[in-house]
Amino acid sequence: MNLFDYARPTTVEEAIAAWAPGASYLAGGTNLVDLMKTGVMQPGKLIDLNRLAGLDRIESLANGDTRVGALVRNADLAHDAGFARAFPMVAEALLSGASGQLRNAATVGGNLMQRTRCAYFQDAHSACNRRTPGAGCDARGGDNATMAVLGWSDSCIATNPSDFGVALAALDAVVEVEGPQGSREIAFADFHLLPGQTPDRETALAQGELVVAVRLPAASAQLRHHSRYLKLRERTSYAFALVSAAAALRLEDGHIVEARLALGAVAARPWRANDAEALLIGQTPSDELFKRAADVALTGATPSGDNAHKIELARRTAARALALAAIGTPKRMPAFPASLFGEHAHV
Amino acid sequence: MSDTRPPASRFGSNSGQSFTRRDGIAKVTGTATFAADNHPDGLLYAVYVPATIARGRVSHLDVAAAKAHPGVAEVITPANRPMLDGDPESKGFMFAFRFEALQDNTVRYANQPIALVLGETLEAATEGARLLNPQYEALPARVGLNGDTPYKVEVGSFGRPGQTVYGDVAAGHAAAVQSVDLTYETPEQYHNAMETHAVVAEWQGDHVTLDMPNQAIVMSRGAYGYYFGIPPENVLIRSPYLGGGFGSKAIPNGPTVLAILAARMTGRPVKLMLRRDQMFGPVGHRGATRQRLRLGIDAGAKMTVLDHESLATTSTFDDFVESAANASQGLYAAGALRSAQYGVRVDAGTPGPMRAPGEASGSAALECAIDEMAEKAGLDPLEFRLRNYAETEPGTGLPYSSKALRECYLRGAERFGWSKRPMQPGQMRDEAGMLVGWGMGTALFHAPMFAAKARAVLRPDGTGLVETAAADMGQGAWTALAQIAADSLGLPLDQVEFRSGSSDLPDGGVAGGSGHTATAGGALHAAGSDAVRRLADIATADPASPLFGAGNAGVTARDGRFFVIDDDSRSESYADIIARAGGTEVVGTGSAARTPEDAGHHAMYSHGAVFAEVKVDPELYQMRVTRLVGAFAAGRIINPKLAESQLMGGMIWGISFALHEEARFDKRTGRIMNADFAGYHIPVNADVSGLEVITIHEDDAHVNALGIKGVGEIGVVGTVGAIGNAIRHATGHRIRRFPIRIEDLLHAALG
Repeated sequence: MNLFDYARPTTVEEAIAAWAPGASYLAGGTNLVDLMKTGVMQPGKLIDLNRLAGLDRIESLANGDTRVGALVRNADLAHDAGFARAFPMVAEALLSGASGQLRNAATVGGNLMQRTRCAYFQDAHSACNRRTPGAGCDARGGDNATMAVLGWSDSCIATNPSDFGVALAALDAVVEVEGPQGSREIAFADFHLLPGQTPDRETALAQGELVVAVRLPAASAQLRHHSRYLKLRERTSYAFALVSAAAALRLEDGHIVEARLALGAVAARPWRANDAEALLIGQTPSDELFKRAADVALTGATPSGDNAHKIELARRTAARALALAAIGTPKRMPAFPASLFGEHAHV
Repeated sequence: MSDTRPPASRFGSNSGQSFTRRDGIAKVTGTATFAADNHPDGLLYAVYVPATIARGRVSHLDVAAAKAHPGVAEVITPANRPMLDGDPESKGFMFAFRFEALQDNTVRYANQPIALVLGETLEAATEGARLLNPQYEALPARVGLNGDTPYKVEVGSFGRPGQTVYGDVAAGHAAAVQSVDLTYETPEQYHNAMETHAVVAEWQGDHVTLDMPNQAIVMSRGAYGYYFGIPPENVLIRSPYLGGGFGSKAIPNGPTVLAILAARMTGRPVKLMLRRDQMFGPVGHRGATRQRLRLGIDAGAKMTVLDHESLATTSTFDDFVESAANASQGLYAAGALRSAQYGVRVDAGTPGPMRAPGEASGSAALECAIDEMAEKAGLDPLEFRLRNYAETEPGTGLPYSSKALRECYLRGAERFGWSKRPMQPGQMRDEAGMLVGWGMGTALFHAPMFAAKARAVLRPDGTGLVETAAADMGQGAWTALAQIAADSLGLPLDQVEFRSGSSDLPDGGVAGGSGHTATAGGALHAAGSDAVRRLADIATADPASPLFGAGNAGVTARDGRFFVIDDDSRSESYADIIARAGGTEVVGTGSAARTPEDAGHHAMYSHGAVFAEVKVDPELYQMRVTRLVGAFAAGRIINPKLAESQLMGGMIWGISFALHEEARFDKRTGRIMNADFAGYHIPVNADVSGLEVITIHEDDAHVNALGIKGVGEIGVVGTVGAIGNAIRHATGHRIRRFPIRIEDLLHAALG
């Protein structure tokens, strides 16, 4: 690990003032510190946010929105009874990610800022345009069975690894940001950028900007009775998604009046499927309908390598997530959250 | 060895009891000292620099930049590396493997050490290693089973035959009325014990103390003595606890030897602990295999031929070929039997013994092929196996020393409910609509013994002390061996002090090959019996003793006393006997090994039958092992709790092999791209449920004096095939590549 400066501000203003080019904000450290150990990231300065006051709260706002401070730990958010009741899909997504120990440390803001788990990004000795603009992409033509099938470019085929983000994308979350130029809001759907020719630009944040909260609109809580997060993966816990889907419906008189669908692990951002949602409105739930919607969600998907299977698996996962949402949100958190075996597991 | 067992009267009742492991509290409270927990004064931290190419040479290292970093104490490269007395390219002793200790600039595989950096802190050494910024002249890497030209293996790993043929194979093929010709593949796997390789080395003159996890504590003295030009007795290896070994901690490797060398070079103690990613290279692995199985049966579904070929990857500079085809020896009766091994040289570190080397990967293919043959014959897989049950060892015709495999089949099947299994695949669903499949596999593992010595002392206070340099890798040697020792001394367990895990004790042999309890336990038994015999001589020759005149064979030892046989009224405690004899402790010694003559009369194996239930999503193909029942017959079980725990651990290795573990190579660079626990998947707790172990007692008068076979590795054997067969039964798809992945089933379904 390189030598670096370390600052421990106590207010957001101090934190932003402490920022300089080459500095990194540090929250839970579950991703950043690993990358520093391997030399993938070598910040000249760490600005430790953990002493910032007021960012660890889950609040109900006057307008009914829910505001989650950036320093709320993943585990605390998932286990907050009020939050989990209003946004069970978010809680399920959170609990399907990482491990208990990691969730205890990882923060809401850090989850948004985590880096891709592309093996070539994580390996300082491989060429990666995301890490070093113009260096090339060793993932192309390499071991790429898990890479993107949507929104990728010749310069980068990495995926966003977050589970939490997939649920946030589906529920119209808003990211509150403060920075040297003041505060602003960024729609979650616009927060992560597709790679294009500048994969090193991963988020819409400007230099020095800091995520201070994530807001979920009151309207999204209306989807709580029919919402699921489903995660296909190679083991039951502590594995990133092969593909995942967050699906939520609002049903009236047997008809779908509102629909949300987002896919995970298929692109450099959680992939909101607006066209698929539009197709569902006014329809009666059926497996056939959900398959058609899933087809639409995967429109334009192409393999970026040896990963054509991800397209079909994403299609099937999306359709299944919609079907599970239509059945209804489970009464209690499944034993294995987001697992196909979640509610019937022997534990 | 005679067919009569030692007098039962010399045994107490410690063996057979499910004692909780004696080191358990120390481990869970953190007071057990593992190698890297040692921090001698003046310690330097070593970090080895792993090559990031798989083939070529190092052209430049920025030594100046590394040395300029604060806290970097020394940088060792081929340019300044002190001489070793033993050449790391030599085969200077039994089981010597070639390794890289900076003898030159050549790179033979990714993650090979190319420099060693010493720092006052781990952080300084780590950053110094990064600053070396190696430059290379790289050559194209050869990896994978198609990486180079296969060659025929004449002598396989550990001297086992590379080619074995019994009977007329061509005639066996010709005689078959039905046959299958199938090819299976298994991937490279890396041991990855929870505790990575570690050493703390400290020299005093020409003596060196090595705190290190080691599966072959006394044998390794000689190895390190060889490389450093000192007699074995100048090497002290302390290895009280290992955080798992899996076969990789018995063999010296480059990074460890370099750390010891660095300690001598600097005159300071040096600690090296490998990072997780560094476990994928210089410390052994299991080679990938491609296995072709050709089976033929006659009209009665008895095998006319079992013809097993295996191609496995090995390194370019040494020989260890996963002897997968040998898994077809010793198990099923067949008119003709052929096991043929081939190797292919790739730019990888040399493979080594790993969790049932040969048997695990060979059985994975064999047990699937057996099921495919059974299915073609229209027979239940268990019925087919019973029709091909070997009453004597196939090929050799030797009688088995004991073989309760039939009981394993029947007890396991009954417990599992196998009789309700529909013949056709895809017939069972659970309440959630998941496809359900049942599969089985047979487990076989040889029951070896190595050589060990032990010392037993009866102390003046009547308590016992036993010593042997055994290795506890987590399997429970501290407990099970102490139980054997206590019995041999006629003492309760808590009256016996057991010293182990240090090379200044009598040689406890190798903790490997599933033979440690039999070997070290045998030596302890002999030593304890010797001490008891000596004390009985003293007592029965002493006119003041109530035992006087009974003769050595006329007394029995029990609970710290001798009793005259058939007359409990005449007895005396050890302490009283020793006190009257002058208060001098009584010392016994013993050894254990199997003579070639003993080995030649019987075929000696542990056996088992594993039954698996899997559930598979019918569209998304997420798989889950929901039940595993393993019935094992492994001679006499010393500690049922520990043995069942080990067998379960082996079955979990089987889940891992079947569904998870795989090193993923970038074929262009020869580098492993998932060299961490986030990417190299092993089962987590949530992947393991419904595990059940049944042990079936065998009285085996031939295998060794105590009747002990091994349980260390057999759990993985049979389990992999059982899971593969269960997935076939659930889905109708036969996947002939491990691990079985979601996309494999998708591709099979889509055609």
